[in-house]
Amino acid sequence: MKLDTNTINKIAKLARIKLSEQESKDLLKDMNSILDWVEQLNEVDTDKIEPLANISSSSLPKRKDQAEDINSSDEILQNSPDKLEGYFAVPKVVE
Amino acid sequence: MNNNLIKGNKFEWETIIGLEIHAQVKSKSKLFSNSSTAFGSKPNSQVSLVDAAMPGMLPVINQYCIEQAVRTGIGLNAQINNYSVFDRKNYFYADLPQGYQISQYKYPIVGKGKVTIDFKDGNSKDIRIVRLHLEQDAGKSLHDQNPTKTYVDLNRSGVALMEIVSEPDIRSAEEAGLYINKIRSILMYLDTCDGNMQEGSLRADVNISVRKPGDEYGTRCEIKNLNSIKFIKQAIHYEAKRQIEILEEGGIIEQNTLLFNTSNGKTRPMRSKEEAHDYRYFPDPDLLPLEISQTEIDKLKSSITELPDDRKKRYVDDYNLSNYDASVLTSDKHVSDYFDEVINSDKSLKESSKIVVNWITSELFSILNEHNIEIKISPITPKYLGKLVKLILENVISGKIAKDVLIDMYNTKKDPETIIDQKGLKQLTNTSEIENIVEEVLKENQKMVEQYLSGKDKLLGFFVGESMKKSKGKANPKILNEILKNKLSKKN
Amino acid sequence: MEFKSISELQSLLNDKKISVKEIADTYIKKIKEKKDLNIFIYFNEDKIYEQVKNIENFSNEKKLKAIPIAVKDLFCTKNMPTTAASKILENFHPTYESFVTQRLVDMGAMFVGKTNLDEFAMGSATNTSYFGNTINPLSEKDIPLAPGGSSGGSAAAVAADLCLGATGTDTGGSIRQPASLCGVVGIKPTYGLCSRWGIAAFASSLDQAGVFSKNVTDSSILLEEMAGYDQRDSTSSNVKIPNFSKELNTDMSGKIIGVPKEYAVDGISDEINQVWEDAIKSLEKKGAIIKKISLPHTKYALPTYYIIAPAEASSNLARYDGVKYGFRADDSNSLDEMYELTRSEGFGKEVKRRILIGTYVLSAGYYDAYYIKAQKVRKLIANDFVNTFSECDFILTPTAPSAAFPLNEKQDDPIKMYLNDVFTVPASLAGIPGISIPYGSDKKGLPLGIQILGKHYNEQEIFNAAFALEKDYE
Repeated sequence: MKLDTNTINKIAKLARIKLSEQESKDLLKDMNSILDWVEQLNEVDTDKIEPLANISSSSLPKRKDQAEDINSSDEILQNSPDKLEGYFAVPKVVE
Repeated sequence: MNNNLIKGNKFEWETIIGLEIHAQVKSKSKLFSNSSTAFGSKPNSQVSLVDAAMPGMLPVINQYCIEQAVRTGIGLNAQINNYSVFDRKNYFYADLPQGYQISQYKYPIVGKGKVTIDFKDGNSKDIRIVRLHLEQDAGKSLHDQNPTKTYVDLNRSGVALMEIVSEPDIRSAEEAGLYINKIRSILMYLDTCDGNMQEGSLRADVNISVRKPGDEYGTRCEIKNLNSIKFIKQAIHYEAKRQIEILEEGGIIEQNTLLFNTSNGKTRPMRSKEEAHDYRYFPDPDLLPLEISQTEIDKLKSSITELPDDRKKRYVDDYNLSNYDASVLTSDKHVSDYFDEVINSDKSLKESSKIVVNWITSELFSILNEHNIEIKISPITPKYLGKLVKLILENVISGKIAKDVLIDMYNTKKDPETIIDQKGLKQLTNTSEIENIVEEVLKENQKMVEQYLSGKDKLLGFFVGESMKKSKGKANPKILNEILKNKLSKKN
Repeated sequence: MEFKSISELQSLLNDKKISVKEIADTYIKKIKEKKDLNIFIYFNEDKIYEQVKNIENFSNEKKLKAIPIAVKDLFCTKNMPTTAASKILENFHPTYESFVTQRLVDMGAMFVGKTNLDEFAMGSATNTSYFGNTINPLSEKDIPLAPGGSSGGSAAAVAADLCLGATGTDTGGSIRQPASLCGVVGIKPTYGLCSRWGIAAFASSLDQAGVFSKNVTDSSILLEEMAGYDQRDSTSSNVKIPNFSKELNTDMSGKIIGVPKEYAVDGISDEINQVWEDAIKSLEKKGAIIKKISLPHTKYALPTYYIIAPAEASSNLARYDGVKYGFRADDSNSLDEMYELTRSEGFGKEVKRRILIGTYVLSAGYYDAYYIKAQKVRKLIANDFVNTFSECDFILTPTAPSAAFPLNEKQDDPIKMYLNDVFTVPASLAGIPGISIPYGSDKKGLPLGIQILGKHYNEQEIFNAAFALEKDYE
């Protein structure tokens, strides 16, 4: 058992996903079996191996510094579930 | 020797400060998108699909921002890394549309470097730089526009920032101020950041702890997002005192993220970021590693003309200015550029560089400050100011008249010579003319002359003043004095 | 009425034997008849007739003029909403068109609708969709079968003759596996060949768009139109796209075909092994040389994938937070509560499971043990292919470990479900191209697929081999 309920809840908090008690119980079982299963990677000797992040062998493409004046407000806000006075609106944050 | 120590009620304490400066890269478009970086636009008007993290949108890096970071690294005397990686820093916040910030974690573009700060007493000190990395700015949250909502403006979202991290080498609020000034000055010389702290182009997070001299570092607190040198100094003063008080009462410092309240000058813990973070950095799979060849670095290196330290050295060597004066003058590139232009406008001014410095830092500054005008758009051109100083040096006008001429120059943008000619302000050096004036004054004030002759020496000043008035301020004071003394002694 | 290929429909159109509107009418009718299969998330006649008006004005030279195409609902489209089969993208109307679908639009294609998929492409049976299961058109009435996944809707749309081609995405097998289960052709090209711009991301280092069709030729036509360099995708390959369809040929003489011993895994049915054997023999008969090869790290591909893909997904899906678009939960008192309720109600079970796994393997203290370890094993898996391809031209394997299985059969055990991708995941990790074509069937008459894997950017080679095998069934 790699995970306990406490860890699951901490991870869920980090991922901003609220779990019901039942969900967290189910996930505990699934995730533990998945983590046990991936454990087999430890059989592989990777001491001198470089991690592979991306399969592409080319170099990072760069763009020129050109700005478009897009006047984007209408387009950008169009799909927002809550917008007010040209802003996205969210429940009030106390800093 | 260590005059940075703070006296508590029981012990003396040393303040340990490290700074993380966030400098907005000067560029037309954002780090990973082509929307504009223009400040003060309508909310959410400069937001591309990428900046708003629409599904399926991907980052493409701005070549110029990379060059700007490399230039800055060179200016910080730092190692430029041929290989660097963009990572995702994962956290949730209203103004972070992707749910992660693209930053550089394990492999930054710039490594170790150092900058020198100069003190008034002529001493200098090196502050070591840990690293500089490129990252995206977040949007802006507005908490006071609506009673129940926070508003989010994404115009800044995705703007390129350079985070410059110092070692904890700073020991006082004053040093912190000098350090930021120095970084700001380097950025502005390189034109890699506009240095505008009011608009937020330059902000700093301050890491601060206190210890008894010789002890291990204490627990530190981080004061977030300070955007003026004044506030940084205030915050350091307050926070050091707060920590000392806690420690002297036997308490312990809790590691915390703090906010500085600019209206009451106090720090307080940030409420929204209470829980421990786990940013889960990993290489951004939408981007490939950034490779910069030595040839590119060398090319950028050779494009850099003069940095503040080079210029400071030149001023000390060529113009005989003190290290501190030279460092003050060079700290603002625009001021220093102005000075250079004045000096270069006439060969003879090189000998009198100190007078030029004084005219810039006292007379010109007071006029510009009064009108709230920046030196780079000064209506008085360096060439004309040079001319004015030369006219003083050649005794064409007095320093006093020159001050009036300077005001005229500001208002009319005219050549000082034209103003002097038009207003007939040329100094009177013709002895006979001055003699006539003096004669008249003495004739008009017979009684005073008698009193002077009977021992009231102080009245000499009165005669000088009256004669000057009669000459409309133009009489050469030295000649005037001589003639007066001479005439009066003859009356005796 | 059934059209067998793009070229057939094009000649009818050229000869004025059918009009663009009649093509639309035909497919609208078919789609309505097959409504019960739940193949489309979005289908709207009006939107099709709107396109008809534009397409009529296109020259007949346009290579895909009036060709009915179904689009996986992971591609953002301007004229149709995009959901990624998730509640969290409720009411999302993109203001932009993905690179791939734009290419198809420009060539005159007619989009018939947006197809169902596993939520955010996470699944192997098209059963994690917020909009319900898609049913494999090959199902018997009493036993509904899964179409495979995640691009199950697209594969089913082609199999049910509701379009001539369909777009898909393949992260670990999401094109090849459903192609196999639905009896159609499906190709996942080399990573980077099709731009990812405008496709809702699942796992960025693995995601790749591709295509389904009824035959190899149509896939080659569609892929040559969809592929191409895109400056807006930093991982897009800047390579010249060959004229695949023109270069198609069946000549296999002297080609060396690798047959990896590690793909002969336990629990694979004799029928599948038989089909594999048949394909090998057929190619040998056509002049190819068969070579037994070894890809020693094959067995580690699945666990590697199930670390890397969830890790990237956990970050890619952080943008679905109820602020900019899509669903937002009601009645939250704080920002964090809003996030937690929105994401809890907006994501389905499998997506949540993968986000949490991904969050865990990236979290402090576990990053090296899981994520870095997986990336290192990924390197070894990629190296296996590099080494092997120095001695063979392409690799032949089964596509999936089973034929289409009953709906919900493997739902309770995630690992069992993950095993569906055992033959497709290694190529995804290595970024190499792979095609699945139907080749034979099992006792029940359900199709079985053969997978051909090629070197990076060697799509032509695998198209040709597939083309040669296809001839066996003409």
